[in-house]
Amino acid sequence: MSNAQRSALAFAIMAGLLMVVGFSQSWPLMLTILNLCLISSLMALGVNIQWGYAGLFNVGTMGFAALGGVAAVLVSKGPVPEAWAAGGWNLFMAALLFVLTGAAAIVAYRPIPKGPLRVLALSGIIIIGIFAIRYFSDPAIADIEAVNPTVTGYLGGLGLPILFSWAAGGLFAAGAAWIIGKITLGLRSDYLAIATLGISEIIIALLKNEDWLTRGVKNVAGLPRPVPFEVDLQKSEKFIGWTEWLNSNALEGLTASERGDLLSALVIQHSGIFVKLGYAGLFTVVLVAVLSLSVMALNSPWGRMMRAIRDNEVSAAAMGKDVTGRRLQVFIIGSAVVGIAGAMLTTLDGQLTPGSYNPLRFTFLIWVMVIVGGSGNNLGSVLGGFLIWFIWIEAEPVGVWLIDFATGWMDETSPIRIHLMGSAQHMRLFMMGLVLLLVMRFNPGGILPEVTKARTQKEIDRD
Amino acid sequence: MSFLSGINMSGGYGGGADILHGCDISVDKGEITVIVGPNGAGKSTAMKALLGMLSLRRGTVTLDGKDITRMSPQDRVKEGMAMVPQTNNVFVSMTVQENLEMGAFLRRDDIYVTMEHVFELFPILKDKRSQAAGELSGGQRQQVAVGRALMTDPQVLMLDEPTAGVSPIVMDELFERILEIKQTGIAILMVEQNARQALNIADTGYVLVTGENKFTDTGEALLANPEVRRAFLGG
Amino acid sequence: MTDVFNAIILLSNFVIVPGLTYGSQLALGALGITLVYGILRFANFAHGDLMAFGTMVAVLITWWLQSMGVSFGPLPTALLALPVAIAVTIAMALFTDKAVYKFYRKKRSAPAVFVIASIGVMFVLNGIVRFIIGPNDQRFSDGERFIIKARAFKQITGLNEGLAIKVSQGLTIGITFLLVGAPFWFLQRTRTGKAMRAYSDNEDLALLSGIDPERVVMVTWIIAAALATIAGTLYGLDKSFKPFTYFQLLLPLFAAAIVGGIGNPLGAILGGFVVAFSEVGITYAYKKFLGYLVPESWEPDGLLQFLSTDYKFAVSFIILVLVLLIRPTGILKGRVI
Repeated sequence: MSNAQRSALAFAIMAGLLMVVGFSQSWPLMLTILNLCLISSLMALGVNIQWGYAGLFNVGTMGFAALGGVAAVLVSKGPVPEAWAAGGWNLFMAALLFVLTGAAAIVAYRPIPKGPLRVLALSGIIIIGIFAIRYFSDPAIADIEAVNPTVTGYLGGLGLPILFSWAAGGLFAAGAAWIIGKITLGLRSDYLAIATLGISEIIIALLKNEDWLTRGVKNVAGLPRPVPFEVDLQKSEKFIGWTEWLNSNALEGLTASERGDLLSALVIQHSGIFVKLGYAGLFTVVLVAVLSLSVMALNSPWGRMMRAIRDNEVSAAAMGKDVTGRRLQVFIIGSAVVGIAGAMLTTLDGQLTPGSYNPLRFTFLIWVMVIVGGSGNNLGSVLGGFLIWFIWIEAEPVGVWLIDFATGWMDETSPIRIHLMGSAQHMRLFMMGLVLLLVMRFNPGGILPEVTKARTQKEIDRD
Repeated sequence: MSFLSGINMSGGYGGGADILHGCDISVDKGEITVIVGPNGAGKSTAMKALLGMLSLRRGTVTLDGKDITRMSPQDRVKEGMAMVPQTNNVFVSMTVQENLEMGAFLRRDDIYVTMEHVFELFPILKDKRSQAAGELSGGQRQQVAVGRALMTDPQVLMLDEPTAGVSPIVMDELFERILEIKQTGIAILMVEQNARQALNIADTGYVLVTGENKFTDTGEALLANPEVRRAFLGG
Repeated sequence: MTDVFNAIILLSNFVIVPGLTYGSQLALGALGITLVYGILRFANFAHGDLMAFGTMVAVLITWWLQSMGVSFGPLPTALLALPVAIAVTIAMALFTDKAVYKFYRKKRSAPAVFVIASIGVMFVLNGIVRFIIGPNDQRFSDGERFIIKARAFKQITGLNEGLAIKVSQGLTIGITFLLVGAPFWFLQRTRTGKAMRAYSDNEDLALLSGIDPERVVMVTWIIAAALATIAGTLYGLDKSFKPFTYFQLLLPLFAAAIVGGIGNPLGAILGGFVVAFSEVGITYAYKKFLGYLVPESWEPDGLLQFLSTDYKFAVSFIILVLVLLIRPTGILKGRVI
């Protein structure tokens, strides 16, 4: 079986699985799963760019996804003028001092020779800077958070269409990745993993506690949407007419009141599906765009160089490749993709809930997707994103069903049975681990392994 | 038949190309055998083949008349083969004494007799017994490495370029000690870059070129052989 | 003078005793991480969940003992459950090694492969724990709650500030001080312990010396699992048992191991206390403390808190990242990366 056939078959099976959900459970559920599958695939693609292309062990996916979520808030929510009036000036001063402290530290760094004097001078600058910053930022934060705290209590955003936030999310994540990459990419792989895991936790801690920026654990709800609201659709003449036309067969031959009831039920049902399809369409466009770019990049001389660095860093460096620079580049690109996906996720949820970011779900699950799908293979990551999210969601009903079946002989009131039924949802963690371990052991390349075609002489000459 | 012999050995590392091509090496008890040859001749590889660190495609290895071709390196160590690798040959974070104890890890008898023997051989180690091996000089480390190997109470001692990177004085000293070890009646196999000095103390010498035996003779005879002198000993 | 005593007691109550307790818990856990790193050469992401697993077994046995009417007088019943819990956890650790890691060891896979495999084990253990005991907070401490109560302390000493020491805190610190010596004695003095150090130092030479790697690995898991169970149970007695908290302990644990110098057991213990005291010390408000020591007019307005308590967890991550950047080998030189 050729690679193309293998991929086509795998995706056909995946589509079939989604269809089964549509027919046996419900279509809105299937679309909900599909939308999250699309977002998960994009995140997996981002991780694959880092791990599959360049061997960078980034376990900070959660942090970048959360930055995308912040972007969604800061772009789409309207500004809060009262908050700006209350704390804007002090905040500006704090920001200015922040920049000045950084600049002073950089200026002082070079002329002072390495040693205790430099450490002392730099710590002095930073400590004085912190006190100066806090002199302005503490009242600023208190003032901002005091402005109508049940609704706002933060600065708000730019009030732009939320679609812009997807790009902004990518930029936020890229910026953060630049800083993080600068300081951590020199570390050995498992140290890099621990460092990125730690940094992602710091990002979440900031989101949870800096209420003036993100409202913290009070959450920001009611984000604008890139697609219409269901209630607006249900009022729209055009949409009702369209539903009527679509279901003309079912509506035929009914009494006026029956017809009216059925029609309004159908309109409600269709509006939900329409909105979900709208999201699915937007997500698909982004996924296909990123996927095509990734595939092109991987097959370009750049992609070959990345794999050369991954497979043998020393010899790549010896051939004059800028290993550190390339790794930073790929770290930024991959993180940006995760940031975009994070912004999309927050857009879909319609709210930012910093408390809901959990490394199991936002980092390690994505890693399972990449490894199971096939690291180094873009289509594999997309498939992994679909399949693993599907299992993650469907493991619960299947788990309940299995336990129901296995404990059917017990009494309905048996405490063991009740406990097991209640715990069925936790089966999915177990399942994820098992799937990961089994794939690693028996099919280490993943479902769609990396394609390493022999290079033609022409390609070698061109590089 | 020799105590340890590899006959007609061919093979390389992993799935790579063959490095040895029908190479023969024999070592006898109470004798020093030296393998010399140009860089990339497969000298160290031949030694590792005897210890089972690469899989032979052809040929046999026997120890004391027993076929050990399929035996793992660990089992060969148990059978009385000891090796001093060229690099990383001491436990740097452990004391000299602990290094020696680790050499005797498999033994259940009294190891302190052997340890005293090692200390007699290398008196400096006795003074430094509780110092970490990583803190010693290159020559002293080499002594620890040989000492560790001797602690296994081996019948065959294999040394992979024991004098690489040490000063000429230390080298002479080390060769002296190796001659003393020979007196105890064990078989010694050595791979050496310093061919002339090594052949001086050798009972048997092998000159390997591209994984094949080029010359085999007593050390003395090889040193006298004009062809060997011209090609391998710099005239 | 009483003011100075008051200040000291205040600091003891809110910084020193909690710091020592938390530090002890971290030290025991980090010791396991560092041993696994030194011998098996990978960062074990499943260690937090191994702790959770061990603690869960201890909790279940404790509940069973309590239901049988067994108690341990003033001490928590969980201590009686501990030996069995340790045995079960050791069995689990050895099973995961046999089922998962051994395969990659034989293949001599890269460290990253081991780490990803440990992520798989982490999921599985996490799932098992939540499946059996659920994701919620579980309390299982019993016996006396306090060694000294704040009020009693005030009455005895006549100071303004009271010192309260919980039984769980005293137990944690006591058990840790008794226990930390054991691994060192084992590593320095016994044949197997020395073999472990040799294997960690130079794997190839250890093989040439006839050291059996499988045995070394087995002993490593036994020690790591035993320490993980003890640390987890003590942590659970001190706070409460919640599976997700244990998963989150992973980062402070790594921080402790790396800060001290990964692969270096003494470093793990030092690192545990460094991380714990930084977490507690940086998030403590020193206003009242200084209030006792300086004249009234000098008393500061602010709380004198370096970071809000919300950032407690972040502190260990910041230390971790800083150490990785400034001195990756840790305070006491660990393995050079």
